[in-house]
Amino acid sequence: MAAPELLSDEGYRADGRRPAELRKVRARMGVFAQADGSAYIEQGNTKALAVVYGPHEMRGSRSKALPDRALVNCQYSMATFSTGERRRRPHGDRQAGELALQLKQTFEAAILTRLYPRSQIDIYVQILQADGGNYCACVNAATLAVMDAGIPMRDYVCASAAGLAEDTPLADLSGPEEAAGGPRLVLALLPASGQIALLQLSARLHQERLEAVLEAAGRACRALHAVLDRVVRQRLQEVTALLGD
Amino acid sequence: MLTSRTFVKRTRAGAVVKVVREHYLREDIPCGAAACRLCPPRPAGPGLGLEAQPSGAASSLCPGPHYLLPDTNLLLHQIDILEDPVIKNVIVLQTVLQEVRNRSAPVYKRIRDVIGNPEKHFYSFTNEHHRETYIEQKQGETSNDRNDRAIRVAVKWYNEHLKKMEDEEKIQVIFLTNDRINKEKALEEGITAYTCEEYIKSLIANPDLVDRLACVSDEGKEIESGKIIFPEHIALSKLQQGIKAGIYLQGTYRASRDNYLEATVWVHGDAEENKEIIIQGLKHLNRAVHEDIVAVELLAKDEWVAPSSVVLQDDGQNEDDIENEEEKENILKTSVNKDMLRPTGKVVGIIKRNWRPFCGMLSKSQIKEARRHLFTPADRRIPRIRIETRQADRLEGQRIVVAIDGWPRNSRYPNDMKHREDLRHLYVCSVDPPGCTDIDDALHCREVENGNIEVGVHIADVSHFIRPGNALDEESAKRGTTVYLCEKRIDMVPELLSSNLCSLRSNVDRLAFSCIWEMNHKAEILKTRFTKSIINSKASLTYAEAQMRIDSATMNDDITTSLRGLNKLAKILKKKRIDNGALTLSSPEVRFHMDSETHDPIDLQTKELKETNSMVEEFMLLANVSVAQKIYDEFPEFALLRKHPAPPPSNYDILVKAAKSKNLEIKTDSAKALAESLDKAESPTFPYLNTLLRILTTRCMMQAVYFCSGMDNDFHHYGLASPIYTHFTSPIRRYADIIVHRLLAVAIGADSTYPELTDKHKLADMCKNLNYRHKMAQYAQRASVAFHTQLFFKSKGVVNEDAYILFVRKNAVVVLIPKYGLEGTVFFEEKGKPTPRLDYNNEVLSLTVEDTTLRVFDKVKVNIMLDASNIQHQKIRMVLVEPKILGYDAPANPSAETSSKDEPEKKKKKLQK
Repeated sequence: MAAPELLSDEGYRADGRRPAELRKVRARMGVFAQADGSAYIEQGNTKALAVVYGPHEMRGSRSKALPDRALVNCQYSMATFSTGERRRRPHGDRQAGELALQLKQTFEAAILTRLYPRSQIDIYVQILQADGGNYCACVNAATLAVMDAGIPMRDYVCASAAGLAEDTPLADLSGPEEAAGGPRLVLALLPASGQIALLQLSARLHQERLEAVLEAAGRACRALHAVLDRVVRQRLQEVTALLGD
Repeated sequence: MLTSRTFVKRTRAGAVVKVVREHYLREDIPCGAAACRLCPPRPAGPGLGLEAQPSGAASSLCPGPHYLLPDTNLLLHQIDILEDPVIKNVIVLQTVLQEVRNRSAPVYKRIRDVIGNPEKHFYSFTNEHHRETYIEQKQGETSNDRNDRAIRVAVKWYNEHLKKMEDEEKIQVIFLTNDRINKEKALEEGITAYTCEEYIKSLIANPDLVDRLACVSDEGKEIESGKIIFPEHIALSKLQQGIKAGIYLQGTYRASRDNYLEATVWVHGDAEENKEIIIQGLKHLNRAVHEDIVAVELLAKDEWVAPSSVVLQDDGQNEDDIENEEEKENILKTSVNKDMLRPTGKVVGIIKRNWRPFCGMLSKSQIKEARRHLFTPADRRIPRIRIETRQADRLEGQRIVVAIDGWPRNSRYPNDMKHREDLRHLYVCSVDPPGCTDIDDALHCREVENGNIEVGVHIADVSHFIRPGNALDEESAKRGTTVYLCEKRIDMVPELLSSNLCSLRSNVDRLAFSCIWEMNHKAEILKTRFTKSIINSKASLTYAEAQMRIDSATMNDDITTSLRGLNKLAKILKKKRIDNGALTLSSPEVRFHMDSETHDPIDLQTKELKETNSMVEEFMLLANVSVAQKIYDEFPEFALLRKHPAPPPSNYDILVKAAKSKNLEIKTDSAKALAESLDKAESPTFPYLNTLLRILTTRCMMQAVYFCSGMDNDFHHYGLASPIYTHFTSPIRRYADIIVHRLLAVAIGADSTYPELTDKHKLADMCKNLNYRHKMAQYAQRASVAFHTQLFFKSKGVVNEDAYILFVRKNAVVVLIPKYGLEGTVFFEEKGKPTPRLDYNNEVLSLTVEDTTLRVFDKVKVNIMLDASNIQHQKIRMVLVEPKILGYDAPANPSAETSSKDEPEKKKKKLQK
């Protein structure tokens, strides 16, 4: 039996999308009352929940406080039921640690941390269902949650992955597409300025194709930005309507 | 654009896992008809889509314009028909394509080509992602039934869709299926459906197509022809019972070189009949691989076949192609000649697999994303192997080594010449025994400007070809050494490497690892240098040829002068070595002259040593010592060295006593004393005595062994009187040398290290294996000599020869026959005969039989013959002829030494009674 093809000759991916199309995105802000900010996002079958606390005083060791800016603390976890096989992940899962570090770097770049010296901002994200692009869903959810918390940011941070099938770049890789083992480029973008908060490439990719794949990922990020922006505006309307009463 | 999303549940083999996949349904998938204005325009893709006015063969069944829509089985079996230029305007559904792709890669490739052909107007419709043609699997519905239904839904949709077009003449879609049930259901649902046969026969003016219809009976065929090609193997426990009971026979499976559908099994044991069993046909071969130990069940006599003389190669891309195979099997059976019938059987189980890494090429699958490919081994007796890899692109066209569990091992990439010194201008030559093809050393010698002499030893750079960790490396590490038997060699590395690529043959560029000294005329080393190099040997000489060049005054070419220089230095080196206390030992070595046709030994000859032998040896020793010092300096913990422990003094007892009996004194307190006293131990009346003593000394020695420097602290090499020693000069035939090469390469910065090389425990384990292998190789070599000696005496009959007594035992004496280098035991006790009176004296090493006293080193005459009374253990038997012992008769023998041709013949017959 042959392996499933990523892109059929007719130009459709295994799940029926065209190469540049994203999976369906659904998002909500303010899903938890007790947190300062929270958001939930679905990108296809990948579902993520983000919660933000802060900015608040340093907890734990005060010595870690930064004199000139806020400390961004990120935690990433996956629900035991998030994958097909139920699996308990011990704390300190290496992949989780790495992703948390990447999230931290991404949001340190986006949040205006200098406004809050000697304080701390906590971002907790959890994957409820994993189907490819976990990091991207986390970034997008966290962006919404940070906004929900009212923490000033330079811009939205939108993240998306892109891969390659023969010569065609594929935007927003799904779980099976990630599992196929081709190159995967993860991009976290500040869409207004076009600044890159994080860029990660796994597996080998020929230099000549990098530009096309990067372009596809960038376009996906901008498309996501439009969706997220709509969600934020809608949320804003709801909140103002409530305040107006 | 994105309309709906459903979940598809799947379970994978093994653990049942629920997999949820997104499945987007779309509204923008075009129907492909050129005249359709409802659908969005077709994106650029393969083919041109369906024609507005379908051209193509007119059919009497449906005279109107129509498109065809075949189902999966039809496409699989009638691809020949569909490829015909007459057939145009065919809709191929995604469902059908996917099924075809999973069932047969070649057909998938063909249909893809057809779709891509603009003349044919085939269109592939992505029905699974179309909002109106996607269906979900119902409860209790098999996926086959679901797919059939999906196809019917698509046909229905097409018909309705095409009706919406504003053309006056409606185009119809005709469903083609050979499945009776499917057709009935389609007709029920109001779909025009025909079998392929019906449709093709209705084609006007194209009767020839009918001939091309594959005659496939419709029902259920595809299920039977599914995956089960071979009968199951029987469990090992049952096999053993069966073998005991005689139902099955155990034997070694030998695939035929010419015919992949035929093999023979050599039955083990000594059964007279059914020794060789023929296995014919894929089913009977039953997945056995060349050299496996298998269990075979004999077929009934009327099913016996004769070995076919047909040459068949497995070249079918598709292994599901059963019909073809059957056809081929029939070819085998046609030429049956009654007399030629041989026992025929079938393989029922595999007792022991003989899977090893195989070398060959990858034949790439025709589906570009496929990860499973066929691997074609270089040896035709090995079946093709299915391997799974994602790097097919990289492996394609490369020669790769594959282990039969399906892992691609490694591919060899050429290396650059960065670290190599070009020494091709030097007058390098090699000196070896005649007939030597694995030349691993070459030498050169020249005078440099400052009056000193530059001497170079160039060793084949085997480590360049055998990279750490690859299959070749693992195999050679296991073998440890090349085994030299009489007229046969069992290589450590493949012949291509040993006799060609690595072998430093003359007049070709070869990669070498060179050790270059600068010496003065007293053979004192001033400078030592190691480098990877490239050389071009100017001559490969035998010892005799080299000797002849040195001796002949008329030859004065560069090679000869070089040889003379080497010879001169070698003599000085040897003298120095001996002064240091190196031992010169001796052991009788013989060489057989073989009959090239029968491989029977005709004559045998003691290996004679020339000056050039010792010349080459001397420089090899020097190189080994230099390299040992270098790698030990660089890696004190994990240098692979060779030591020769001093024997415990008690080992020498026998030698001292033996010498004493001849009034000679042997000192054994040091190697030097031993060497000196051996040199003095000569008797004018008995010139062979010295050699005998040296042979005896050899027997007192310990085995030299490899060891890892970090695991031991006694490095001394007793025999060579060198504080440190290793093996560097024969990497083609010894694995230890390869390791030493790698260490040295790292030491001079020409190569990089790897984890196993710097792990002293691993190295120590390796040494253990190497020592074991060397010992075994030696045993094999001796056994081979013994075997050929037997063959030799079998043809010679009974002979009488002079011999010397080497050892005296309590009931026998061990004698050495210098003429043949043969050692044998003369027993004085025999079954069924009264034991003679024996008196053994341990002090003076003598044995008194009746009235005759035999002492060590006594010259005797023995009678040699082949004792074939036990077929399994034939041996050489020796009987004392002179001095004659009372009551102990040698068998009536011919007058001494006259072994005329006829008499031994008679003797042989007598013996075989």
